[in-house]
Order: sequence, then structure tokens, then C-alpha cells
Amino acid sequence: MAFGLGLLNGLRYTFTRIAKTYIGDLRHLGRSHDPKEFARRQSVRGDGIFTAQYPEERVPVPENFRFVPFLVYEPKLDESGKPLVDAKTGKEVIGVERCTACGICSKVCPPQCIWIVRGTTPEGRPKPQAAEFYIDIDICMNCGYCAEFCPFDAIKMDHDYELADYERHTSHVYDVKKLLKSTTYYSKIHPQDWAREEADRKAKEAAKAKKPA
Amino acid sequence: MVEEQKPIQVAASEDAWLDEQVRRSVWVGPLNKVVDFVDLIYNWGRRNSVWPLGFGLACCAIEFICTQSSRFDMSRFGMELVRASPRQADLMIVSGTVTKKMGPAIVRLYNQMAEPKYVLAMGACASAGGPFKEGYNVVSGVDKLLPVDVYVPGCPPTPQALLNGLIQLQKKIDKQSIRDVAWYRKGAQEGVPEPVLGPDLFDARRVEEITELAADPAKLEARAIKIVKETKGEKK
Amino acid sequence: MAVNPPPPPETKINPNDPQVVAEKIKTVFADAVESASAQGIVVKSDKLLDVTRYLRDKLSFDYLNNVTSVDYPDRFEVVYQVSSMDRGGAPLTLKVNAARENPTVPSLVPVYRGADFQEREVYDLMGIQFPGHPNLHRILLWDGFEGYPLRKDYKEPYYEEEKKPFGTRWDQGHHVIAEDRNPWHDNVKYPANFDAMSYKPTQEIYPTLGLAEATSTRLRTDKIVVNIGPQHPSTHGVARLKVTLDGETIVAVEPVLGYLHRNHDKIGERNTYLQNIPYTDRLDYFTSMSNNFTYVIGVEKLMGIKPPERAEYIRVIMAELTRWQSHAVAVGFLYNDLGAFYTPLLYGLEERELILDLFEAVSGSRMMCNYMRFGGLARDVPEDFLGKVQYLVDERLPKRTDELEAYLIKNELFLARAKKVGVLPRDLAISYSTAGPVLRGSGVKYDVRRAEPYSIYDRFDFDIPTGTTGDLYDRTIVRIAEMRESLRILKQALKDVPAGEIMTGKKNYQIRVPKGEVYGRAENPKGELGFFLNSDGSPNPYRYHVRSPSFINMGALNEMAVGHKIADLIVIFGSLDVVMGEVDR
Repeated sequence: MAFGLGLLNGLRYTFTRIAKTYIGDLRHLGRSHDPKEFARRQSVRGDGIFTAQYPEERVPVPENFRFVPFLVYEPKLDESGKPLVDAKTGKEVIGVERCTACGICSKVCPPQCIWIVRGTTPEGRPKPQAAEFYIDIDICMNCGYCAEFCPFDAIKMDHDYELADYERHTSHVYDVKKLLKSTTYYSKIHPQDWAREEADRKAKEAAKAKKPA
Repeated sequence: MVEEQKPIQVAASEDAWLDEQVRRSVWVGPLNKVVDFVDLIYNWGRRNSVWPLGFGLACCAIEFICTQSSRFDMSRFGMELVRASPRQADLMIVSGTVTKKMGPAIVRLYNQMAEPKYVLAMGACASAGGPFKEGYNVVSGVDKLLPVDVYVPGCPPTPQALLNGLIQLQKKIDKQSIRDVAWYRKGAQEGVPEPVLGPDLFDARRVEEITELAADPAKLEARAIKIVKETKGEKK
Repeated sequence: MAVNPPPPPETKINPNDPQVVAEKIKTVFADAVESASAQGIVVKSDKLLDVTRYLRDKLSFDYLNNVTSVDYPDRFEVVYQVSSMDRGGAPLTLKVNAARENPTVPSLVPVYRGADFQEREVYDLMGIQFPGHPNLHRILLWDGFEGYPLRKDYKEPYYEEEKKPFGTRWDQGHHVIAEDRNPWHDNVKYPANFDAMSYKPTQEIYPTLGLAEATSTRLRTDKIVVNIGPQHPSTHGVARLKVTLDGETIVAVEPVLGYLHRNHDKIGERNTYLQNIPYTDRLDYFTSMSNNFTYVIGVEKLMGIKPPERAEYIRVIMAELTRWQSHAVAVGFLYNDLGAFYTPLLYGLEERELILDLFEAVSGSRMMCNYMRFGGLARDVPEDFLGKVQYLVDERLPKRTDELEAYLIKNELFLARAKKVGVLPRDLAISYSTAGPVLRGSGVKYDVRRAEPYSIYDRFDFDIPTGTTGDLYDRTIVRIAEMRESLRILKQALKDVPAGEIMTGKKNYQIRVPKGEVYGRAENPKGELGFFLNSDGSPNPYRYHVRSPSFINMGALNEMAVGHKIADLIVIFGSLDVVMGEVDR
């Protein structure tokens, strides 16, 4: 074989690849950036340009995605069943906080980044609610154990990854106020988990109602 | 602790804000608008060609490589040219855990970078030690050694999170002005002194404090916050 | 403690069984064995070299898997695992006791060269001396460091409590940052009366150019010591190589490690078994699924549980996908080192992105998967997962493998640069305890999936590719062939994935591990990854050590690089395929 044919064979792949991206562009002329075409390009059956042009095109995160945790609360509902929204802050009014400060998430966290202080009733007895709940997201390793082992579905993994900031000392330790997010948000980002948990809860309630009082 | 670069050094006087405005306006006088325009072009050129230093420490470096690869192309932002030499780089992305053994090398690299230079702490480990914070060989965050401009949390931050951090850096560059940037001032940046690897890593700026405290154990004891754990009335 | 059900004792004698071997040793060295049990053979330290020479030469235990040390209240113990390349099977455990004051154990470097780095690590972290070792300096920490961190009485600066979970997190968990709890307000501690103002470090951390003695007879030349790293475009992370050059020819290479030493062993002892799984993700960060897999099967050996069938199949699918993408990245980075700047790497990374998308959909994170649990998996796979893997395995991955190979095999430039470069002969490859493609490239047909089958690998039909000369070319060809074998295993596994449970027992965060000791190992893409676990019945391990393939493979770098040029050193280092997270742990 002549010297250099091996090199040219390798280069063949590169040039075919470049040509394919232009052909791909022509085939999907004008539609390259619409969501369905974008999803096709990013899937296992994609071809053409593989680039996702952040921030205009974001690769969607799957449901199981784990970033920093957040606490779940059930919002107060008005008469028609829709959540009440606080006009000043725009957040939904807190109805029931699911967290009972049982401490399992704090015990199971590998780098121990969760600090919990249990609340006390006015008589001084322990109350199943967290008075203080801190997560230091600069220690959190996004493992998801807290969400996996919480028996009350009270702490879940968030999907928001756009947390870059210019300083860390005041903004990277999350307290209860910052962590609490409503079940409306949770059901939007974890639809299948939400459906499954609601079904389980309703089944449990139905079973309890059936039992003689 | 090293403070991050502040854009304006405001003197402590009675009406500091007024002084500052006068200083800004009077310094350039009627050419203020021209300087604003120059700033626009100056920053536009700088923000669209930030060249990172090829500096990967740990797992976050792999996400950095993924950000550079074809899917989350960093060259759309002008940052594809990763320079191996610190003399030619603008941005040091500290991607991964900073260990004590690596400390002197990181500071040396930072000192060798030419102004204007930026530092981005990528990941939980570079921000504050991360999950390895309790280790004996880990520095709790690169901002113990260097001034940091942007922090990107996550373990590891996904490529899109890193791109978000880079966009924040670009926004920070946009806000800078040639009137008050540090590298056009006299004697502004002298470099960070390298830490020394002794029985443990120590900062060359704290030698007197360390010697004094090491000789006086009682004073040392007084500086630590004691954890008081109350369980059913017992104090630990 | 056998993995497979033990064979009927009358008909078959296991030549690797400790008691059988102990009897044979006793016939030659009457008083060398202190005791022998199913856990291993305790050898007297003054007879250690004789016994190991006998084992290596006469009983063909020619490969040293692992050197660890355990800190007991009354003594130190150094634990060795040796195995036979020809016979395979479970490794044989040898133990040597050392006194608590001034512990010394004779060095095994004259017998097994692979003990070099590992004994230095034991000296560094546990403080046991090894007389007879050619270069006993600290390897992961620096020479002036005070203390031996893995001893039980060493308290690191941010020490809170002996074992996790810490009492200060619940239920009176007032948030305190660790800096405030430490009197120095940083993760440091200095000895009493430390004079920082006049401290001069005795060791040279960063030699720039040093001159060594001239030995050339023709021209009076000097040898130069050049420093490569720790920040360097081709050192695959923070590795530092001190290279002694005579002109451009390499005379000696000494790796300096520890720039990413993240105290995995110490943190592992403070963690519970469950909390260690996310930390194993961060060892070799390319292959987090495989790392989880290896750790989980080690602990399952101790616990004596087996996962259900569906979990086994999915574990194998994840492990083989990981193997494919790790080798694709290894070959891609090799192209980078050769000078084909970035293009082939980008093509390999594209398929890797698709595989990482699958991992993200299943486990939640692209790289730090944290997916395996003791007795099964964390959660079941989504419905479209198997279909996507089928498409990848049938269509995309074989094409990409062929493409990566086509860049190589006939490319004249690659052949000129890779043939006969970085040769590691077969006997040295075994002696240096190399593993993975480095070992197989030198002609040794040893793969843990065949030698000591774990999980369900004995059901699959796959070959073990080997090289012939042990040069760079062979190692790369072995990696590409292994990519094809992975696809073969994937095809077979995907056909038979059963429906069913993915976890034995209920989800529980309180894991009870019975007392015992185990060396659980598996074939990672980089080599044999092993976890040495010593459990005392509590929820935290008593001793947790990682046998890291990249760390031990780096011991062979000097052998491979001497005589070549500096440009070849970069490529040889690339062909070793080390990941610094695993080297330094």
C-alpha cells in the first residue's frame, strides 16, 4: 500500500462528518431550532450538528436529575381547590410543611451537610416540625440519599442548576425559607414520582377509611 | 482571607459617594461619554475571548472537557482556546478539589497569569471544600488562596451549569470600566504569596500569628467555637 | 467466605485455599507460619521474604494484588493478597504482624516489584517502616507532613466525631461552619511551638532544572532533571513526573503523586457503608457505575446477600456501557497526546454523551451515578431505557468503534510512533502488578471476569483480547478489542433481561454488616479495582482500603519509558490510561 493511504482513510471520516452536518442542515432547513427537531438531534437517533446552543436551547433534564435538595410543602387551597398565592412575595401560601424533623436525611447524608433543629411547642415538648434546617450546598455532593430515604416525601431533589454567583459566604447556606417549595413546583418537575406518590397516599387513605373506626 | 477584586476603591470620607462621582466625572470631564464608549468596545472584546487555562484537577475537569466538546460548545463564547501556559490565559477555572500539596502550584500559576485575569471556582470542592472538606489534605475552597470571581456550585456542575457560570462572568466583565480597574493603577496587583508546605500548609502572610498561637495553647483553645449539644438537659 | 459454593472437599482441593497452602509452606519452612485459617495465613515477619519467594517460584503465586495495613489496638497488621496468573481463582491472603512501637515489616520489593508504590503508601499513611525498600519516602503527602493519618489515634483538623452520623447535625443541629470550630480557622493544625517564621522546608517541592552527573564518555554532557506537571496539558490531571534526561533520551522517570489525595480511606472509615457509595463514584470519575458495582459486590460478599436477576442484568449492562465509554475516552485522549488535536476525541465523546444521557435518565447524574445499592439497585430503569441501549448497541456504538480503529490501524504515523514504544515484557508486567489493558497488552490472558467470576459474568460468552509485545500499539488494540467484546456482552445481556424486583429486601438506610474481612474485586476498565474491607460488626467499616489499578500501573512507567524520547513519554503515559482521582484517592 502506498505510504499515506492510511492517513487519508482516517481523514475520510472527518470530511464525511463535516459534509453530513451541512446536509443535515439542508434537510431540516429552517427547522433546526424548533423543539421537536432539537429533541431529535439530541437523541440516540440524531444526526447532523450535535450542539445544543445554551442558553437559547437547553437540553432538558430528566425527571430523576439530582441537584441541590429542597423541602416540600403543601400549599393552602382556596374554596375552588387552587393554591392561594401571597400577593407580596408571589409564593404560594404554606399550608402544611411535610418535614417532621425526624432527622433521617441528616443521618444518611454522606458529607453531613444537613443541620436540623427540632421545633418545640410552647409547653417545651418537641414538635414534629423543623425550627431550623440548614443545607450547605458547598458541601452537598448531590447524591440524593436525603430524598431517597425520607419517609414523608418531604425533601426532594431540585432541577435548578443555574446557581452561579459572585460570592458564596452569604448565599450558599440554605435555610428553611429558601428551601421550602410548594407541591405545585414539585409536581411540575417530578410528574411521574408525584403521580405515584399521590396514588399511594390515596390508596393508604382509602384503606384506613375502610378499617372499622 | 483574600478579598475579591472590588471594582471601585472608595475612600472613607464624609460624603464618599459625592467624592466618588466628582472623581469619576471630573477626571475625564467632557470625555466621559467617550470613555463609556471605549469601555463598551473594550469589554466587548474581552468578554468574547476569555481564554481559559488548561487546568483540570479532578472530576469537574471532565465536565469542563464535556463543555468544550461538540455538544455544549464553549467556542460559541470564544472560550475554545485553552492555553497551557498561564502567561497566555485569562481565566483559571479551578475545577476540582484543591489539595494542600497542590496549593503552592495553584498560587504560582495564578501569579504567572497576566492581568486581566479571572478565577472561576467550579464545583463544590473548589468553592468550599465540597464533600471532602473533612479531609486532612484538602483546602476548604480555593478562595482561601486566591480571589475568586464566580462560584459555580454542584458536584459536578453539569456543562449547562458551567456555561451559566461563564455567562455570569461575562456579565461581570461587562460591568467593569477602564477608569477603575485594578490593572491600570499603580502598584495594584503584587501577586499572592505562595503558601508553604510545612507540617501542614501555612500561608506566608500569617506566619507571625501562627508562631504566636502555636506557642500559647490556652489562647488557641479560646478561639474555637465549642459545640454545645443539649440532649435532655446534658451539656457536652 | 467463598464466592462460589465450595467444591465437595473430598474430590477437589483448591490450590489457593489458605490452609492447603499453609501446609505446603510448613513442609519447607517449619516455623514460618504462625497460624492459618480461611481468612488467610499469618506469616512471621522475618520469614516473609523466604515464604513469598517460595510462593512465587514454586507454587506460581506470581502476582501481588494488594498491600494494605490495618491498625488494631494492640498491633499493626500488613495484609497482602497474592494470586496466580495461570490458575486464577480467589487471591490468597497473607498477613504479617508488626509491633505498635516502631513497626517494621521487611519490604517485598525484591520479590514483587509492584509492592513499591503500595509500601510507600503504607509508610506514608500508617507509619510502618519497610527496610529493604529502595526509596522509602512519602508518596501521597509531602515529606514534611506531621503525623500518620490512617492511624486510629490521628485526628484530622476538622475532626468532629469518630463515626458518622455526627450527633451535632440532629436534633440540635445549629449550623456552624467547620472553619469556626477549628482554632486555626482553617483546615490545618500545627504542632506545639511550631516556629513558622523561621521554617525552611527541607525537601525541594519544585525543582526547576537540576543537573545530574555526566556519564557519557564521548562528549562531556550533563543529565538534566525536567519537571513535567502538575499542571500540564497532557498529564491527564494533576500528575507530576520528574524526568532525568540525557539530551532527549530519558534516563529515569519518577512520578510524584498526591496532588489529588482526598483522604478517601480516612473518610471511608468515618462513613457508614451506605454513605461510602457516593464517594466511590469519585474515585475513577469516568467509571462511576463500575466503581459502585465493585464496592457493592464486595460488601454483599460480607453480608451474604445476592441481588435479584433483573438487578444483576442491569448492573452488567451499566458496567459494560461504562467500559465502552471509558475505553473510547482513553483512546481519544491518546490521540490527543499523539497530536491529533481534539478531533477524534470529540467523535468519541459524542457517543459518550449519549451514554451519559442514559445514565442521567436512570440515576440522576451524568457522572456521579450512585446507582447500586446493597442487594440491588436504587431504582428501576425508565421504560425507554432498554430500547435506547438496544439501538446504541446495534447501530451507533459498533460504527464508532470501527471508526476509532480505522484512525489507528493503518495510519502510518501512528504505527511509526506506537510500534516498539513503551514495551513492557510479560514477566515484568506481572511483577509490577499491572492490571487491565496494560497487563493484557503484554500477553497475559488474565481478566477478573474469567479468573474469579462475579455477578453473572459466567453466563456470557466473550473473549479476552491480548497483545503480543506489550508496546503502545498492543495496548491500544487491546482496548479497542475490549470495546467490541463489551458490545458482545451487551447484546447477550439485553436479550435476557427479566422483569421483576430490583432489590433484595426493603429499602433501609441502616445496613448491618457482620464481622469479617473481605477483598472484593472486579474488572474495571482501567484494571483490577479492589476494595479491602474489614468490618467489626458496626455500621462503619473498621478498615476501608481501595486497591487502585491506576496507582499501581504507574509503577511500571519508569520501566516502559527508559530509553525513549520525551515525546514518547507523553504517549506512553497516555497509553497507561491513569485517572488521578483513582491514583491519589
